[in-house]
Amino acid sequence: MNFGLTNDQKMLQKEVRNFAETELKPLASEIDVSGEFPSENIKKLAEMGLMGIIVPEKYSGSEFDFISLAIAIEEISRVCASTGVIVAVNNSLVSYPILQFGNEEQKQKYLPPLCIGEKIGAMGITEPNAGSDVAAMEATAKLNGDHYILNGTKRFITNGTAADTFVVFAYTDKDAGYKGMSCFIVERDLEGFSLGKHEDLMGIRATGNCELIFEDVKVPKENLLGKEGDGFKICMNTLDVSRIDIGAQGVGIAQAALDESIKYSKERKTFGKPICHHEMIQNMLAEMATKIQAARLLVYYVGYLKDKGVKRFSKESAMAKYYAADIAVDVTRKAVQIHGGYGYTKDYPVERFYRDARILELYEGTSEIQKIVIARDLVK
Amino acid sequence: MNIIVCIKRVPQTAEAEVKVDSSGKDIEKDRLIFDTNESDTYALEEAVLQKEKFGGSITVITVGDEDSEETLRIALAKGADEAIRIKVEDLDELDGFKTAQILHKIIKDMDFDIIFTGCLATDDAYSQVGTTLAKLLEIPHASLVTKIELSENSADAYRELEGGLLEHLKIKLPALFTIQTGINVPRYASLIAIRRAARKELNEISKTEFGEMKSNSFIEELFTPPVSKLAEILSGNPDEVSEKLTGIIKEKGLI
Repeated sequence: MNFGLTNDQKMLQKEVRNFAETELKPLASEIDVSGEFPSENIKKLAEMGLMGIIVPEKYSGSEFDFISLAIAIEEISRVCASTGVIVAVNNSLVSYPILQFGNEEQKQKYLPPLCIGEKIGAMGITEPNAGSDVAAMEATAKLNGDHYILNGTKRFITNGTAADTFVVFAYTDKDAGYKGMSCFIVERDLEGFSLGKHEDLMGIRATGNCELIFEDVKVPKENLLGKEGDGFKICMNTLDVSRIDIGAQGVGIAQAALDESIKYSKERKTFGKPICHHEMIQNMLAEMATKIQAARLLVYYVGYLKDKGVKRFSKESAMAKYYAADIAVDVTRKAVQIHGGYGYTKDYPVERFYRDARILELYEGTSEIQKIVIARDLVK
Repeated sequence: MNIIVCIKRVPQTAEAEVKVDSSGKDIEKDRLIFDTNESDTYALEEAVLQKEKFGGSITVITVGDEDSEETLRIALAKGADEAIRIKVEDLDELDGFKTAQILHKIIKDMDFDIIFTGCLATDDAYSQVGTTLAKLLEIPHASLVTKIELSENSADAYRELEGGLLEHLKIKLPALFTIQTGINVPRYASLIAIRRAARKELNEISKTEFGEMKSNSFIEELFTPPVSKLAEILSGNPDEVSEKLTGIIKEKGLI
């Protein structure tokens, strides 16, 4: 077992940190208030190669491993959680399933534009009446000659307002249950595809989160990802991988909250001394730091399993995502507590971190779903 | 155009809490983050821009310990072609004069048109290496350069002087230029470039091959200046206070 980062991982960490501090941090608070999707930043992220971190170079990607993906998402999320998930979705929820389940034509057509920032990706799983219960989705795709007719509504779609390439799940055979679910690559400009409600979120406010509406959308037959009926498998496999990113996002947000708390606790004085010398504050700082490091190692471990070629790591992936989400909420709450009344104002970034962290327990599988995945594996 | 860029790995102290160590002659570095010296990143970018314009190659050189390898690899990822580390394990024994002498020993036998260095290292703030190296190599130099235009055998270098003046120099090549921050916008290393640079061979030369170097100055003491008790509280209504404040600022020559 090796706990050290490789040369390229260390360099990636340093350079992404510099990039995030210089290019993303100045806008983080502003886009949180405005909710504006950071399109200009996306171009810069793509120039760095961050929109296709795990995609092979032959499809214009950076060809890094999954631990590196986690490092990059952590560093980006440390300054801007919205940008962190935008990058995560483009990499793990869109590029990854195309890479893993797409045919050569699909890879050549869709991956390069996603990697170079010419196009942005989004994924459509969740529906108004189907969140944790994925199989309850109502969207359908009916084969009609050389195309499928796609109907349905997808809800809470990150990158939705800005994306051009969507990976969408729908039933091609509702009677077959989850085995009748299929996956499609859907382009934004298809007739009958429109955007619905733009969500006004509590945190990660600049992620273009919206509803997708498909009304008799003709999706070319060649845009089926994998085979008919592969949808559920693609969905679960993709979520196992994307939970590395969401875990890393939690670690990044929590680390930012700890950094701010250490700084503030050294400056703020009560009862004649900096509050970092009060035992109760020290207790919180020690807990925060320990939990962050534990979560980081869990996330890296899942990346390590994926990089090693382990086929099934649903339990470990669920553990990393569940724990990182849990500690991110806990750590950011403590950060607000350490900042006292000031932490409740927008003069300090910890209130944003607290709001941003809360989504981690909800999206890409709620914490309850993660525990079900873990427990089922334990008692099977 | 063959360009040499001298770079240095330094602790980032601008926003960090800096404490003097137990020797009283250095700072505690354990908790500090290290990165390429700021003006050196501008020097490297200037070299890359000139290479993109005129072709040729860039060699980056550092005098440093094993951790400096990362600094060199980042430079390779940003556009340098070759990297040389002159191995020094005890960095405390180095000063600007010694570093310039070591660099001279290796650069004197190299084929180059231009040397770029940063104008100032943020750790010791001597601004010594570039100009001393030019003297040892017996080549012309310009310091604190804010703009440079190259032609085949010469360079037009611009330097910002006090009082808003700009100095324009014509310098015959080969020459050395110490580069001021702000001369360009340093690029980030792309992930692909990082991956390639991480696997690239670095040239390493032991400092001992050059024999003993001598310092000409020694640190006696490093300390935090005592907090001055001289503070003036301005009193009066806001108009009076701002008038007094403006007067003081003007008197000190700040506006």
